[in-house]
Amino acid sequence: MAASSVGSCVVCSCINRVSPSQRHLLRTFTYNSFFIRNVRTSYLCFQNQVQAQIKSDPRQLVAVVGLEVHAQIHSKSKLFSGSHVKFSAPPNSLVSFFDASLPGTLPVLNRRCVEAAVMTGLALNCTINKKSLFDRKHYFYADLPAGYQITQQRVPIAVNGSLAYSLVVGQKRKEVVTKSVRIKQIQLEQDSGKSLHDDSRSQTLIDLNRAGVGLMELVMEPDMCCGEEAATAVRELQLILQALGTSQANMSDNDVLSDLSLSSAHDPSKQGSLKREIASFITLDLLIFSTDYEIERQMAVLESGGVVVNETRAFDFKSGPGITLIVLNFIFFFSLRFMPEPNLPPLIVYDRQTVPPNADPQQVINVDWIREQLPQLPQMKRRHLVEHYGLLPEHSITLVNEDGLMDYFVSVVQETTTEPKKVVGWIIKDLLALLKQHSLNVSQSPISPSSLAELLNLLEAGKISSSVAKLVFQELWRGTGRSASQIVQEQDLSMVHDRGAIQQICQAVIDSHQEEVRAIQGGNKRVLNRLVGLVQKEVKGRADPVQVRAILEEKTS
Amino acid sequence: RICKIMIWRAPKSIWRLRPVHPQSGVLCCPGIGAVKVGHNLNGYREIHRRAAVCQRQVPQSPTWEPVEEKDLPPPTRVPPDLVDKLERLALVDFRNKEGVACLERAIRFADQLHIIDTEGVEPMDSVLEDRQLYLREDSVREGECAEQLLRASSKTVEEYFVAPPGNIPLPQREERASLLKNSEF
Repeated sequence: MAASSVGSCVVCSCINRVSPSQRHLLRTFTYNSFFIRNVRTSYLCFQNQVQAQIKSDPRQLVAVVGLEVHAQIHSKSKLFSGSHVKFSAPPNSLVSFFDASLPGTLPVLNRRCVEAAVMTGLALNCTINKKSLFDRKHYFYADLPAGYQITQQRVPIAVNGSLAYSLVVGQKRKEVVTKSVRIKQIQLEQDSGKSLHDDSRSQTLIDLNRAGVGLMELVMEPDMCCGEEAATAVRELQLILQALGTSQANMSDNDVLSDLSLSSAHDPSKQGSLKREIASFITLDLLIFSTDYEIERQMAVLESGGVVVNETRAFDFKSGPGITLIVLNFIFFFSLRFMPEPNLPPLIVYDRQTVPPNADPQQVINVDWIREQLPQLPQMKRRHLVEHYGLLPEHSITLVNEDGLMDYFVSVVQETTTEPKKVVGWIIKDLLALLKQHSLNVSQSPISPSSLAELLNLLEAGKISSSVAKLVFQELWRGTGRSASQIVQEQDLSMVHDRGAIQQICQAVIDSHQEEVRAIQGGNKRVLNRLVGLVQKEVKGRADPVQVRAILEEKTS
Repeated sequence: RICKIMIWRAPKSIWRLRPVHPQSGVLCCPGIGAVKVGHNLNGYREIHRRAAVCQRQVPQSPTWEPVEEKDLPPPTRVPPDLVDKLERLALVDFRNKEGVACLERAIRFADQLHIIDTEGVEPMDSVLEDRQLYLREDSVREGECAEQLLRASSKTVEEYFVAPPGNIPLPQREERASLLKNSEF
């Protein structure tokens, strides 16, 4: 159990593996707009010592955050049965006799799920265990008809990996820091069914469509320190899974569920003890919010000399931010009674050296062969953007992290002569900002890559000024179906190249603003900008500002 | 019955008889050769007969040796909070003196296993542990049998199974806390 040393504290242990029953509860409560924060229900030992030490130096408190992520494997059929994996099918239509745990049925492992786990393990720099084992984890719940879940507790398929993620930090958010979180293990396991709670009739409706779907559980070490880091790591993982195609990793469809453990302690190196599990986030924003809220709450408790006990917390949307409810998760009073799965021999994977000659290729999983098939991962995509297009690292992060934005960028760059750096400015500052404002995806953008490219080409060729370009951009956003050049033509927005006409307008502005001219002549050159603005107003922004400035300078000197 | 014979009377090499994979129905054993079994138990009998021929040391009838009480470890007593825990784990109710006494007798009976000398014997997880795990191709071959499955359920609503709300009701929190306060489990 807990041990203490001078100047540091180690609080509590007794941590069970995350139970999928937590997810049952989460899903249960999701229907009531509820989020469950699942927490280990073991109580502190050495409470007095811990209190004393925290009182002595509250400033050294450090929060540590660990994650356990369940990702649904993208496969046609379930992990151990040949029933279909599909979202939103009629209830119990995707259930085989094995999924319903009828007596006499046996698990038959899906090759695709093993390959997906191996590929994910390789992408996360894991060691692939050549021999892994299956275990049963027992608990009672109506949507788990067997009374146990097949998982990999003793020897999982992949261990000791790492996930690198880049964080944009600094006051101006221009500094990019690369951090890494260790991956303890990746294990294959079954999903459970779905319970719909009908409180009015006091019954639970069970849909087993999801029961037996293959999951990868990724267990991360507590190497993170705040909600943003955790969310960035989850986002990076999501991108990796999507790039690999091993999971669709769609948070809103519950493809990815993150169970989060967090703890506050004096000495981060002495973390024997994760105090809290906040389970299953639908959005990354919520993950950031609840993590940081919980860290603050725990620190406040510790600083005031209190003791953080492990408990289950629910985050209630209706009550608004800052309110968490305690919901005791009684399942964690009990052991999950792990035992070896007797119906499945050990899972053996091979590499080039060990693959048996004359083996049936359908029965052999070759790690080297899967490694060769690894696609380009998000980190490589970012490096490519920086090296090939000369973008800033923070821009490459934004392009890769937004779904479809990198493809959008590449399509625009291919169709325009404009420098990639300028294209990125338009895409991030203008397009993405508008998309966010209207809560749209990149794929829903009213401006196609080619029409943006057309606009940028007009700008690059000097046919329109940059302020006009912004106007045309707004017009394109409204989606009238007209192209950039049509808009320019119809609204007569093309650049005024006639030097005589511009000179005339400049003269008129100077004549009507003698006071400003005197100020300029008196040495206040900044007033010149105001005159440039006035001229641009006259020509509706269609004049080259450099040219206007030069004329004005000449006339006022 | 056949399973029983194989487990209790056959030597270890025969314990490992099993289908190459769950669907193939072929048993094989070194030195005996493969026997097509299918669903016919005669195949297993044939294997067993052949095995018995080459392994004369297999005793033909069980032997019995009574175990002395003094050879056993001290009897296990089951305290109330352990009873509470077991009831939750197993979803059974034996919280009366008789039930607990029965449990203690069962533990006592199992204590005899401590006498068996397992020195140098690796524990076996499964009789399948040296066999290759069969890998299935990722294709949809089952499902679409909701009607048939729901027929096995005593209560259904539309295409859902109906279960009672939540799990077993919990005792009051105070009651549970006082019960588990000094628990070591």
